Amino acid sequence: MNYHWDWLFFFQEADDGLMYYQWVLSGLGWTVAVSLTSLAIALLLGSAFGVLRTTPNRWLIAIGDTYVDVFRNIPLIVQLFLWFFVLPELVPRDIGLWMKQDLPYFVTAVIGLGLFTGARIAEQVKAGINSLSRGQRFAGLALGFTEWQTYRYVRLPMAYRIVLPALTSEAMNVYKNSAVTYSVGILELYFQYKQIIEKTSQVLEITIVITLAYFVVAFATNRLFAWIEQRSRVPGMIAGGQGGK
Amino acid sequence: MIAINNVSKWYGDFQVLTDCTTRVAKGEVVVVCGPSGSGKSTLIKCVNALEPFQKGSVVVNGIAVENTKTNLPRLRAQVGMVFQHFELFPHMTITQNLTVAQIKVLGRGKEEALDKGLKLLDRVGLKSQADKFPGQLSGGQQQRVAIARALAMDPICMLFDEPTSALDPEMINEVLDVMVQLAREGMTMMCVTHEMGFARKVAHRVIFMDQGAIVEDATKDDFFGKPHSERAQNFLAKILQH
Repeated sequence: MNYHWDWLFFFQEADDGLMYYQWVLSGLGWTVAVSLTSLAIALLLGSAFGVLRTTPNRWLIAIGDTYVDVFRNIPLIVQLFLWFFVLPELVPRDIGLWMKQDLPYFVTAVIGLGLFTGARIAEQVKAGINSLSRGQRFAGLALGFTEWQTYRYVRLPMAYRIVLPALTSEAMNVYKNSAVTYSVGILELYFQYKQIIEKTSQVLEITIVITLAYFVVAFATNRLFAWIEQRSRVPGMIAGGQGGK
Repeated sequence: MIAINNVSKWYGDFQVLTDCTTRVAKGEVVVVCGPSGSGKSTLIKCVNALEPFQKGSVVVNGIAVENTKTNLPRLRAQVGMVFQHFELFPHMTITQNLTVAQIKVLGRGKEEALDKGLKLLDRVGLKSQADKFPGQLSGGQQQRVAIARALAMDPICMLFDEPTSALDPEMINEVLDVMVQLAREGMTMMCVTHEMGFARKVAHRVIFMDQGAIVEDATKDDFFGKPHSERAQNFLAKILQH
């Protein structure tokens, strides 16, 4: 092995005046920003479409099913290319120009990743709601709740508790999937990784650092969700698992 | 109070209710019995439109439930319902179970709702359980809370859908006691149940259903004394044997 280890290269100045460790931190910042924003979008969309798919209205069900089918069956990288390169050509010229020139990449990227992740969360939310007994809805309706109120006060609070372990995996996946956004110009962690390798050739050091960085953010998310699971546990209910451990 | 007129219902091609007609007057206690699969639970769920039906009409307090213009949440809020499997909301404390609909549906203030809820909880003998969760209570206790939850809405009538069928034998009486007390206070009640002792004690009328149809609709004394139909006679012979 003739590899020349040099951990100190992180403190060398790169050609933009910053040090390489600052590139890593900047990439990590973008990764976290893209992931958390996408996750927020995905939770909103996933809950909304998941609920639609459990309503008694077949048109609403069809809308929810279509969303899930479309966004779950196309690879993420292809979806991002569709948003970035194809959509601007399909809309009226002025809007297309605006999308290409003025709309920040970040916005398009988080919408793309959010829609992709939301389809997966919609599937989980639907499964969670359907796992509840039909009688819970009846009980809510019999008390005078509207259909929506049965979701708000009765069904969703239990459904979220039931699918929390699955949501934990999904939240961790978002960090990992966010690496794909480098392909549309987001200067996130994986982008910086590629760039640092090109500039310095210190492949092993930077690979180790990047691996740890991804591990830390995903693991922190796992612990956060485990804590939420712990906090939201219902006394007297048979626990489904051991808090994401 | 409740008028069921020629109600028929199908699941696809399968007819579950056939031309059911009956009435429950104000202050009347009507027990609905019959073998399993006879449509009793389906019929009682038609009263507050939890189950839609294709033909006929159900009028509650002058309002037709099948009318698409009827404000169903508002109507249902006036009709209390108790289910076979209690259906308390597992993520809420007993107090929250008792107050949530009062606050969100009737628009009562928190204090008022809590006051009302605790009074009713005391009445069913469970005041000490106010801060527990449903999963920490026995079946009989949960069903008593469910009755209190329905009563907290000040209903004009109560529907009971096999309220004791999911209970262990030693817990049946604590629930029936609450129901008997309610009947004696003059509550209008429609009860799907196999508890013939309860029917004898407080029912004014007994309805016997078989294969989706009302076969017998008689006063209590007539029903237990001399049921007209052979099917009702057989049913009674079977369940009163022991």
